[in-house]
Amino acid sequence: MKHIRTLIAKEWAEVFQNRIVVFTVGALPLLLALLPLGILLTMRGTTLGGGETSDLPPSMIKACGAIAIGDCFQIFLLNQFLPLFMMMPLFIPIAIASYSIVGEKTTRSLEPLLATPITTEELLAGKALAAVIPAVLATWGSFVIFLIGLPLVGASSPALLTALSPTWFAATLLIGPLVSVLAVIFALMVSSRVNDPRVAEQISGVLIVPVLGLVFGQLAGVLVLNLQLMLTVAAGLAVIDVILVFFGARLFQREVILTRWK
Amino acid sequence: MITVEGLSKTFQGATKGTVVQAVTDLSLNVAEGEVFGFLGPNGAGKTTTVRMLCALIAPTRGRAAVNGHEVGRDDQAIRRTVGILTETPGLYDRLSAEANLRVFAELYDVPDPAAAVKRYLGLLGLWERRHDAAGSFSKGMRQKLAIARALLHEPRVLFLDEPTSGLDPEAARLVREFITELRGEGRTIFLTTHNLDEADRLCDRIGIFKTRLMAVDTPAALRRTLYGRQVVFHLARLDPAWVDAVAALPTVQEARAVDQRLIVRLESPEENNPVILRRLIALGADVQFVGELRHSLEDIYLRFVNHDAEARS
Repeated sequence: MKHIRTLIAKEWAEVFQNRIVVFTVGALPLLLALLPLGILLTMRGTTLGGGETSDLPPSMIKACGAIAIGDCFQIFLLNQFLPLFMMMPLFIPIAIASYSIVGEKTTRSLEPLLATPITTEELLAGKALAAVIPAVLATWGSFVIFLIGLPLVGASSPALLTALSPTWFAATLLIGPLVSVLAVIFALMVSSRVNDPRVAEQISGVLIVPVLGLVFGQLAGVLVLNLQLMLTVAAGLAVIDVILVFFGARLFQREVILTRWK
Repeated sequence: MITVEGLSKTFQGATKGTVVQAVTDLSLNVAEGEVFGFLGPNGAGKTTTVRMLCALIAPTRGRAAVNGHEVGRDDQAIRRTVGILTETPGLYDRLSAEANLRVFAELYDVPDPAAAVKRYLGLLGLWERRHDAAGSFSKGMRQKLAIARALLHEPRVLFLDEPTSGLDPEAARLVREFITELRGEGRTIFLTTHNLDEADRLCDRIGIFKTRLMAVDTPAALRRTLYGRQVVFHLARLDPAWVDAVAALPTVQEARAVDQRLIVRLESPEENNPVILRRLIALGADVQFVGELRHSLEDIYLRFVNHDAEARS
């Protein structure tokens, strides 16, 4: 554990001197919390009449049940923001891991590190946690700001209850960390093959596509983000994470790093 | 301290199905407290050898032990007991000198990291700059910081890859003096360098290596093996007949004239120089100076490396 703590502290001391990383971890989550609140604020008072249901997907109307159509619209709008809290833990660790690994490659500081008694598992865990922890904390912080802001921007009670529902907590507390692990291992794998952190970020950014699928699935009425779907996604992510950690550990063998990383 | 037997390493080549032989059948022993120079051209496999001995990469064949720990079996123990200075310092540029060392002191489980960091920053003259980012350091200071990092855990065996590369003469001298001090402490030093003069001055023995070990011995013994012992007699004037006269002496192996100098190869200059001198004076020669002709390590190195290249072609 001591080696992992040392490595995490070193990573943070280095990577948080990079302005792009600081912006990604600090300002972006704040913006992504304030953006939906701003939209909800501007939409305040814009409620649909009882007969104007054609703007909502039938699946959403069905999910709303007895909730008033105006509140249902607000919940629908709110649900569009949920994927934001699944995107944050995805792009933050990508930025950290890309700059961390590619930085070590360009300064050739990996070999002295590999010459220490640190184990492969400690090395991988230290690198991964240094990226995952800020991502998860920033996401949770952003979510807390969002929850605090909801009543202030005039969210209705059903909308508030939706944001406090198990579905939302599953998305942020469960899926968030799982997405982070997936993103960081994927970014580490990509970073091992490229020599520019921006290229590593861009390639790793492909992971955002499935999350966008959730957004468009909702808009098209194909999906409703409910607890069952969140738990299914979480289970799938857990399996993918285990597989990626297995391959990541193989990639982090000393000989592979020294002889095959480009 | 370092024992190597039949060590080989192959890598997969750039083209599928091809292999690159980086190290072939290396056998070597380095004694405790010895400074061993490992010389060879670029791409000879020196770094691969060092990486195998530091348990960073696995040998394809053969065995090696460092400080009694077997490579491939006791890798963690090897990493704990060896220090390595890599070809490039590989520092964390955004961190201070102190923070750089602190990270490694903790990773090496040094009992009192702060004390170790202070000691080595002081020893290498970096204490005053301890709060400065390593990225702001000159090349010499970066190299010194990297040396300090390699020593934090008090390793008994040190692998130094080009320790004075790119340093100005003053910094290079300081590093060389530091290496001499380390030898004085009884540490074993495995020195990889292209600076043959440095190797000559620092190393007890040298190994000339190009994928395989071509020669290993003390610099003096290698000179003797290749060139024998040669004495040069500086004369005011050289009569060609004197060359034959000296060559005819029973203890002289070879005599030749170069400008106004008579160069004589013989087994024991200490015993035979007076005989030759008497002969030259009897012949009427005015002897100005007498000295042993010392071939540089560069001559020895190039002779081995070029001979190998010719043999291969």
